[in-house]
Amino acid sequence: MRLENKVALISGGARGMGAVEAKLFAEEGAKVIIGDMLEDEGRKIEAEINEAGGECVFVSLDVSDEDAWKRAVNEAVSRYGKLDILVNNAGIYRAHNVEDTSADEWDQVMGINAKGVFLGTKSAIPAMRDAGGGSIVNISSVAGLVGSKSTSAYNASKGAVRLLTKSTAIQYASERIRANSVHPGTIETPMTEGFLADDAMRKDRMDRTPIGRLGKPEDVAYGALFLASDEASFMTGSELIIDGGRTAE
Amino acid sequence: MRLENKVALISGGSKGMGAVEAKLFAKEGAKIVIGDLLESEGRQVEAEINETGGECIFVPLDVTNEVQWEQAVAAAVGHFGKLDILINNAGIFRTNAVEETSSNEWDQVMDVNAKGVFLGAKAVIPAMREAGGGSIINLSSVAGLVGAAYSTAYSASKGAVRLFTKSTAIQYAADGIRSNSIHPGVIQTDMTADAIANPDFKEQRVDPTPLGRLGQPEDVAMGALYLASDESSFVTGAELVIDGGWTAQ
Repeated sequence: MRLENKVALISGGARGMGAVEAKLFAEEGAKVIIGDMLEDEGRKIEAEINEAGGECVFVSLDVSDEDAWKRAVNEAVSRYGKLDILVNNAGIYRAHNVEDTSADEWDQVMGINAKGVFLGTKSAIPAMRDAGGGSIVNISSVAGLVGSKSTSAYNASKGAVRLLTKSTAIQYASERIRANSVHPGTIETPMTEGFLADDAMRKDRMDRTPIGRLGKPEDVAYGALFLASDEASFMTGSELIIDGGRTAE
Repeated sequence: MRLENKVALISGGSKGMGAVEAKLFAKEGAKIVIGDLLESEGRQVEAEINETGGECIFVPLDVTNEVQWEQAVAAAVGHFGKLDILINNAGIFRTNAVEETSSNEWDQVMDVNAKGVFLGAKAVIPAMREAGGGSIINLSSVAGLVGAAYSTAYSASKGAVRLFTKSTAIQYAADGIRSNSIHPGVIQTDMTADAIANPDFKEQRVDPTPLGRLGQPEDVAMGALYLASDESSFVTGAELVIDGGWTAQ
């Protein structure tokens, strides 16, 4: 198994990509802590993993709350003895151009997508240091690489994640804490189902995806698995783009 | 196994990174065709794989020779029924500044490192189309991402591979053929042995590598395995940087 003896904390693990990552990581031997605001959904994934022979615990986590992050890390360490992997997966999507983005929307998106990643990283580092190293996987987006005609704060937040990842990588490499970002294209998840329900929007996204299909949560989960595992032990500060060719054009 | 029922052609598979990739891919279930100029080393890897329960054949391959590429692809299809994966791994390294680079050195490096990748991709596409898709993995370098103080033709050739990979990705996405590049930092192989033996090497290249060590062929082989497998089926035109954080700063 590719994550044997590893302990992984996954924010936003109650549904969508995070839930698929939680199940895949558990199948590969990791003990999983799901941190999410959605308790019902999170408890369901927790039960599913435990019933399938894995080990999982749900913790309540608002990623913009530093104390909640500390409690999540403590839960990992007290229950499973350590923390090796953090997947900063939680995120929200808002589509407004610059003039239509309110200051409140900016704060909300940056608070969750960017500051949430910072707080998660900050909280996980001491435990990873104690464990002799670790792997932080930050879910950015193609919107962290190229401009977007439909988003402003989301674009900015994902760009922030891209570079925070590199800062973390450089600052903590000597402690063998790795940090890499994942940049998915359009993935069919609860976060994107709203805009993908619009036929014109779906067609636009399909037209811009050379591989001819939208992504599935599994596509991202396998990339996260690779980065989380020791297979990627010489990778840090890198960007894994999983977008069906969209930004190669 | 992660490459069950896959057939992989690996150029430069007789030693270094290519040989490690060949053995890892065979362990994961792939049937292997090693293409290389170095016959005795190649036969040794072939025997090792076959003796440990894998399936491997060696074919002589000069990557600058289009006819030999066609023969290598025909050998893959003839022996194993199809071709799913190409690793354009063969390459040479020369270190000279612009003024010291002879026109002949330029031609030699560009022929092997860039045109060799083009001829390989061109030769495998018909077989991959018949197989219903495929995965092409081109070994570029961090020298394909950032300028180098001491290589000229090598940098140009690896930059060419980086963008050629994206062209291939866009052009053949509709056929289910994916194409991605890998950008290793300094990896301890025969190709880099002379550079590593240089007394200034540690100060120039190892010390500034944030993870503080040289890469090993296995680090690259694990990345190639991820890109070769169906786990990365939504990844095309992407760059996998495996450099210990070198280009993140």
